[in-house]
Amino acid sequence: MSAVQRMTIGLQRPAELLLREVRVLDPRAGIDAVHDVRISDGRIVELGAPATIAADHDEELIEGHGRLALLPAFFDPHVHLRTPGQEHKEDLATGTRAAAAGGFAGVIAMPNTDPVLDSAPLLRSLRDAAAREARISVGFLAAITRGLEGEQLTEMAELREQGALGFSDDGRPVHSAGMLRKALQYQRLCGGVLALHEEDPTLSRGGSMNEGAVSAALGIGGIPTVAESTMVARDAALAGYEDARVHFQHLSCAASVDAVADAKARGFRVSAEVTPHHLLLTDEEVRGMDTRMKMHPPLTSEADRQALIEGLRAGIIDCVATDHAPHARDEKEVPFEQAPMGTTGLETAFAALHTGLVLPGVMPLEMLVTRMTAGAGLFELPTPMIARDELASVTLVDLEAEFIAGEDGWQSRSENCCFGERPLQGRVLLTLAGGAEAHRRLELAGAGAA
Amino acid sequence: MKHLLSIEDLDRPAIERIVTQAERFAEVSDREIKKVPALRGRMVLNLFYEASTRTRSSFELAAKRLSADVVNFAASGSSVEKGESLKDTVLTLSAHKPDAIVLRTPWAGAAELVSGWCSAAIVNAGDGKHEHPTQALLDVYTLRRRLGQIDGASIWIVGDVAHSRVARSNIIAFQRMGAKVTIAGPPTLIPRGIEQLGCDVRFTLDQLDSADIVYALRMQRERMSETWVPSLREYAGCYQINGRRLSPHQLLMHPGPVNRGVELSGEVADSPQAVITAQVEAGVVVRMAVLYELLAAARQAPPLSGRSQLADAAAAVATGQLA
Repeated sequence: MSAVQRMTIGLQRPAELLLREVRVLDPRAGIDAVHDVRISDGRIVELGAPATIAADHDEELIEGHGRLALLPAFFDPHVHLRTPGQEHKEDLATGTRAAAAGGFAGVIAMPNTDPVLDSAPLLRSLRDAAAREARISVGFLAAITRGLEGEQLTEMAELREQGALGFSDDGRPVHSAGMLRKALQYQRLCGGVLALHEEDPTLSRGGSMNEGAVSAALGIGGIPTVAESTMVARDAALAGYEDARVHFQHLSCAASVDAVADAKARGFRVSAEVTPHHLLLTDEEVRGMDTRMKMHPPLTSEADRQALIEGLRAGIIDCVATDHAPHARDEKEVPFEQAPMGTTGLETAFAALHTGLVLPGVMPLEMLVTRMTAGAGLFELPTPMIARDELASVTLVDLEAEFIAGEDGWQSRSENCCFGERPLQGRVLLTLAGGAEAHRRLELAGAGAA
Repeated sequence: MKHLLSIEDLDRPAIERIVTQAERFAEVSDREIKKVPALRGRMVLNLFYEASTRTRSSFELAAKRLSADVVNFAASGSSVEKGESLKDTVLTLSAHKPDAIVLRTPWAGAAELVSGWCSAAIVNAGDGKHEHPTQALLDVYTLRRRLGQIDGASIWIVGDVAHSRVARSNIIAFQRMGAKVTIAGPPTLIPRGIEQLGCDVRFTLDQLDSADIVYALRMQRERMSETWVPSLREYAGCYQINGRRLSPHQLLMHPGPVNRGVELSGEVADSPQAVITAQVEAGVVVRMAVLYELLAAARQAPPLSGRSQLADAAAAVATGQLA
């Protein structure tokens, strides 16, 4: 089975569109210029100089006026779609709708569902459901250990045959080095990237936030950053020893970036991701004990945040992932220490990073687009390109549009977004996934039509 | 002042105002009839999610001496054990229209959270390991009565700072009142980053003699099973305040209940240097002052939403405001 066949998307009508005078920016295709783009039967069929392509009768015309930017659609290798078992938080339809609203055409769902995605029949039924409900491409990671309990490997080969894109015990670490080593060895048989949530529970136990001045002042148990970085270093060593392919999830501190840099310098086959919230927020946000600021790993210090930004710029961290983790309102409306960990992120990722990193000049837009699309390649999937004959997986963004996050509500079933109520700039107007329209903001209809 | 959620929210004049009011109420406690009508017709709800005899009874006594009606609601044996959320419990009890809710919970920030859910004045009587503002106020009161002023005093807070809401509130309150605070205890029980509150940190009691006031914290036995310290015996050896360590010029404080033979030796607990019973006594008058400040002093306009004008008028009649 090819990697692409492991992705599932619901059937939708192919798009017929003419985008006139849009800024086409695709670093992989080497384009950053104003163009006319014709999409017919879901494919990019023409890519010409601005105002040179005339509209046909059967297609919709969208005028970009040089202000709207057409980007390759983003890819998120780390989301929680909460299905099966926790559909009150999110399901395949609402989760992929939220993703499309954020400009994503592909996501990878984590297996910490209820029941845990650790058997082939469950994976089969999930993929069937995604073929009916998913607006964008969804891939599934299966659990590394049964029930995420860290004691017995899942039937990894059989799960791969049923379409598992890879494996993860996300939400929990594989605490036993011996168990992880067996999984890495088994990867030789069945392939599939192992995505690792790194945390030493003997160091993190009792903690609800980052350890430091803020946790000391609030009297909330602290999680030291070494709870993550020591495990990154351990598992990088194991991956090197077994020549295995591992991906480190949601890095949160400087020491973890150093550990990944060291592993890469040694030629180990490792990659890493970082979330928008770890790139933009610090544990100072927790002072108000807002439960939207409680996530796993926790928000860390300013020095750690700077190291993460630098790691992402240098390519030590390969891609952005949101770790979109929806929770119902009543689950988050409790005292901080009682609240579940997680923030939603799909709908705000691009706008938040554009506002927080691109506009202040910390990172050029091309680099942000590269890092927000690189996740696909890490899981052996093709990255969408804006080029002739390609199936259109693109997102149209108004880089000037300012808005308040969440002001029109959320596409996700949950609203626990750490960027909620913040002013952001850079709004996704339209997303095509696999050639079909997956998201459109209402104001776009008519506004640009001839 | 609408709520008392943390000492952090009080500047020095606010602390002094409450302490001065408490001094006025101290006179009431010496009367034969220990009661004033200041909060007649007002309802104070004690909502306690943790077992607490002294804090709860101290608040109850304070409210009663001000002639308020008091309802005690303990979480054990209640709807809470049937799985009701904090929010639902607060909304349910709010239907009885309490004027103040005194809240003790094992969770940091709970008092602040509750203050957003209802119109009652919220008094934080301890939220997890975060704060215990009335304890800090009564400690300031006790010291001011004993010493006249706290400015320039050196105060050492000794013991399990990591798990102590008393320590956190007192570090802030003592510093606001002009004292110099040093904390000392086992390195496993001193939270990383605590020095950013402005206090000095020591891991031994070698310099304890420089203190004017020694404030010992309770060492809870369950910390042993969590291996924060190797043994209570060793802890006592390193950190117990005893006759050998306490100098005659020093005052000794403790928030209670005392573990004799652990953080304090019996001899110092019973010595005239110890002001531990004065602290307990101060608890009632300081809590009277807090309730008075929230419900009587600053409440000219009726800010309570969701209450009918009729109810407000009735309350006004009851408190004699229309007379």
